[in-house]
Amino acid sequence: MHEHVDSIKTYTLVFLTLLILTAATTMVSTIDLGPFNVVMALLIAVVKMMLVALFFMHLRHSTILTKVVVGGGMLWLGILLVLSLSDFVTRGWLPVPGK
Amino acid sequence: MDSRTETLALREQFETPAQQKEISTLGMWVFLVTEIMFFGGLFLAYAIYRRQFAGAFALASNTLDVVIGAVNTAVLLCSSYTMVLAVRAAQIGSRKALIVFLILTILLGGVFLGVKAYEWNQKFEEHHVPGPSFHLEGTPAQGPAQLFFSLYFTMTGLHALHMVVGEGLMLFLLWQAYAGKYTPSYYTPVDVGGLYWHFVDIVWIFLFPLLYLIARHQH
Repeated sequence: MHEHVDSIKTYTLVFLTLLILTAATTMVSTIDLGPFNVVMALLIAVVKMMLVALFFMHLRHSTILTKVVVGGGMLWLGILLVLSLSDFVTRGWLPVPGK
Repeated sequence: MDSRTETLALREQFETPAQQKEISTLGMWVFLVTEIMFFGGLFLAYAIYRRQFAGAFALASNTLDVVIGAVNTAVLLCSSYTMVLAVRAAQIGSRKALIVFLILTILLGGVFLGVKAYEWNQKFEEHHVPGPSFHLEGTPAQGPAQLFFSLYFTMTGLHALHMVVGEGLMLFLLWQAYAGKYTPSYYTPVDVGGLYWHFVDIVWIFLFPLLYLIARHQH
């Protein structure tokens, strides 16, 4: 079996980047960016997730089938979050007659 | 013939060992996708209520200790690093390194759970646990504040439960590794156990900013 073996250097660089991003998200959270505090926090979290998934979980060496399954999972998570929130966020946008 | 021979055997439904391993990995990913949906529901509940009760959630969130949260995040990232090195050790057939890295992963996971237990205990002492004795200073909105802590305890509690399960898996892998069951041609359990461990790490990567950091700029 020919498995792709990544170097310790690659893993160490990913690990250090993850630590730097943790420090970054902690420090950025003290600055008032208005609504963009949430955006920044989630953006950094998504980057960290991608690093863990692609390198530590070897997703970049995975087969197309595995990538499709993971992508499908994220798609359904997106449906869950976007469709549900689109209901809650838009409530009250239009007046309801008789209310 | 011992059990090892049986474990290594290529099951008849697979054509090659590579295919067999691929299916094991895929199976773990399918399980993790169900876990994404499981935690996804909680993240959705958090998003809806945070939007509705932004003020109370901000106040409640700021009672959490950011330094402890950040350090614990680093501890968990360290454990993911040692886990990936354990998988690498298994890939190249280094039994000694595999054992060392598995022990380190178990220890770091233990540190994370210990810190979490300390934090929860603090919350009990501060009367920040939802229930009859709940009290959050500085807001009349005690209900929404309790809602934040209900979500906090549910999400961090379920995350910690996954960590406990992960610790059990790691102990099993350690026992098997010690017995010399894993070789470069068969280390699927280490690989699959690693996927689970990293997934639990990813859940925390989102829990940390959402629970601890989201209202820090209003402090």
